[in-house]
Amino acid sequence: MSIAETRPNDTIVLHGRKVVGGVAEGEALVTHDTISGWGGINEREGTVIERRHELRGVSFKDKILVFPGAKGSSGWSAYFHMTRLNKVNPKAMIFVTMTTKIALGAVVTRVPAITELDQDPLSVIETGDWVKVDADRGIVEITKKAKGV
Amino acid sequence: MRLTDAEKAMLDGKEGPAQAKAMDLLVRYGEALGAERLVETNNVAGAFNASTPSVRELVKKGFDAVFSELNLDSPEVVQIPRMRANTCQLITGIDNDLWQTQGIAQELVEQQKRAEAHFGALGINMFATCTPYQVGNVPVKGEHCAWMESSAVVYCNSVLGARTNTEGKESTGAAALTGRIPYWGYHIPENRRGTHLVEVDVEVDDIMDWGLLGYWLGEIVQEDIPVLTGKLKRPTLIKLKHFGAAAASSGGVEMYHVPGVTPEARDVEEAFGGRKIVDKLRYGPAERKQAYDNLNCASDRNVDFVMLGCPHNAIEQVWRVASLLEGKKLHPNVQLWVHTPRALREVAQRNGYVKMITDAGGVVMSDTCPAISRYAPKGTRVIATDSAKQAHYLPAILGLPVWFGTVQECVEAALTGQWNGRLQ
Repeated sequence: MSIAETRPNDTIVLHGRKVVGGVAEGEALVTHDTISGWGGINEREGTVIERRHELRGVSFKDKILVFPGAKGSSGWSAYFHMTRLNKVNPKAMIFVTMTTKIALGAVVTRVPAITELDQDPLSVIETGDWVKVDADRGIVEITKKAKGV
Repeated sequence: MRLTDAEKAMLDGKEGPAQAKAMDLLVRYGEALGAERLVETNNVAGAFNASTPSVRELVKKGFDAVFSELNLDSPEVVQIPRMRANTCQLITGIDNDLWQTQGIAQELVEQQKRAEAHFGALGINMFATCTPYQVGNVPVKGEHCAWMESSAVVYCNSVLGARTNTEGKESTGAAALTGRIPYWGYHIPENRRGTHLVEVDVEVDDIMDWGLLGYWLGEIVQEDIPVLTGKLKRPTLIKLKHFGAAAASSGGVEMYHVPGVTPEARDVEEAFGGRKIVDKLRYGPAERKQAYDNLNCASDRNVDFVMLGCPHNAIEQVWRVASLLEGKKLHPNVQLWVHTPRALREVAQRNGYVKMITDAGGVVMSDTCPAISRYAPKGTRVIATDSAKQAHYLPAILGLPVWFGTVQECVEAALTGQWNGRLQ
């Protein structure tokens, strides 16, 4: 926690690089598995369908999707593009590894996206945390979910 | 991003509204990547067809609307002119001749045929295969390309030494109209050098073993660049096609080196080119078994659908299947689809291979595959395939269990209705 500032109300702030501009906030959905677009998600329901994926059956609709990055088919962008046309897209994307698949996918999903954060978002953010992404300023604000509920 | 005067002119609409939308997308995409500039390309392989139900609403607005939204990320409909770069269509969802065998509605077939006629006349070559390098699009070493299709991308970079990132439907649309793509990733020579040294400790020779190695390796290195050494028999196009497809399914491998075989690695030293080795990996019997077990998710040994040819079969592979089937009949409960590019199917037809396969009760299909079309024969419960890529994707896409094995094991399953494959 040396780099991140901790605010009084337990908000953690990370700094990174804008991939796609804009501001969004919502509940985090975190996975340590890379995601396939084509063949890995259902673009009509906004769910992960890959057989051995830790989010199999889970919907990312309206979530702040936090993940290592993209893998698999070149249909990545086309499938996330269709989640937008079908209104089941994630609200924002926070990821670790830059590839052409994720860059183009974020651009055509037209949601705020951010990478190169000063701490590993997969360690700092947990599913259920409240996350605000201000991609234009390169800032991610995380409010941890209540513990022990 | 720095643009040349010609690129700025396109962005400003001086070459027309479609080029302006295309350049706008390339700038947004390039900035997302952190690219400093674009590079010229005259070799684009993309997906321009309208063969799925989800584009039905867009098709009603016309093919300019389809291309504008899905190939340029432009909600505003612009008139699409002829392609500026040499461009081809990759695999599609429908076999134009055998769509009834696939079980596809005629309305969708007509939609695809109209789309092909429209985009074909704009200069998009309808190769309709995931392997354009088997039917005439063979870029030369160092050529800048803008290709989709992860199995073709890894082949293009690794085996041909041409340069492409894994592009998408929208970026290839923009590249086709502008002759530009972001200069990033695999376009830059330093980024093409190895990261992981892989010592292969079991003999890898047949197609299945190249698939197992690729499937295991992709999951570990993800999008990094493995350098393969050890007990590898000298591979062929077919084996490397299969290996790359597997590694680009379990992971995101877009480039690898086999020193002494692939063009940018005369030896291990050149493969790494001074880059620090991130990790050393060993592939032995346990790793091989792990990949095999991960690919085999079925338990019922009664097979009713056998799928061969992903990536699309070379003519030698069609010949091999035809030879194994000659004079025999498929089990009545089983359907067999063998996939090969349209152009090679012509050769297979001429040679009599198609007749040998159809006489046995099988089908030689082109243009598509079950993973892309999302169609298997009606009533399919258990699938067998010789493709690690299909074995990876079909359980997710069709929700069906899959057996993975050699082409002989798959043909035997087609003849007996029983899966008897095992890891030798």
